Amino acid sequence: MVLFFFVYFSLVSIVAGVLTIAFRNPVHCGLALLTLLLHVALKTDQRYLHTRHAIVLFATAGICGELLLLLLQSPFNGAKGDAPVIAVLKDGDSFAVGIKMFSDYLLPFEIVGVFLLGAIIGAIVLAKTPSSVDAEQENP
Amino acid sequence: MVPLSAYVAVSAVLFATGLIGVLIRRNFIIVLMSVEIMLNAANINLVAFSHYLESMAGQIVALFVIAIAAGEAAVGLAIIIVVFRGRLSTNVDELNLLKW
Repeated sequence: MVLFFFVYFSLVSIVAGVLTIAFRNPVHCGLALLTLLLHVALKTDQRYLHTRHAIVLFATAGICGELLLLLLQSPFNGAKGDAPVIAVLKDGDSFAVGIKMFSDYLLPFEIVGVFLLGAIIGAIVLAKTPSSVDAEQENP
Repeated sequence: MVPLSAYVAVSAVLFATGLIGVLIRRNFIIVLMSVEIMLNAANINLVAFSHYLESMAGQIVALFVIAIAAGEAAVGLAIIIVVFRGRLSTNVDELNLLKW
């Protein structure tokens, strides 16, 4: 069952990703991107159904194929952290993320907040419609 | 059980899709969307490794990546609006002012 969901979400996200860059009409591209985002969100949500085994290897762009081949055979186990699935599921996923984010990751959280404020101000300033006063000064 | 390598493979394919999209498409909006695809590929990696290594760090960082992606999309769209006002086009090949 888990495998079925994984295959479905993976296939749909890949197809939607390809369609996002393949469609001519930007509206269609947007719809494909939305499908992709939805499926990625759902796929990351099913991660707590099963566990065991860890393979650590990082695939970089250029030698992707070769690395993936290595990855499928790699028996390397990484060091485990302090959040096993049983412990996380006891209080719920959101609870664990919330506790962690507002204790250990409070400073990054605040920095992201300030960053978003700057981004919003920048976006508004950039996208502001030029006022008619400016237009009269430029073309008297 | 879905092996970690499967998640990494999906993520690599999505990232390659986004990269190709950035490189071959001319429409600024679609280039932005392709960047978004690449960020999502990174998110899949982060969450998968976070699960298999039993650490919360990856999921927290994935949330931060989503926030940064939102800011990037807002600024990117604002830049598109400004450029479109000036040139009536969103074709990136016509934006060669910085090449001088």
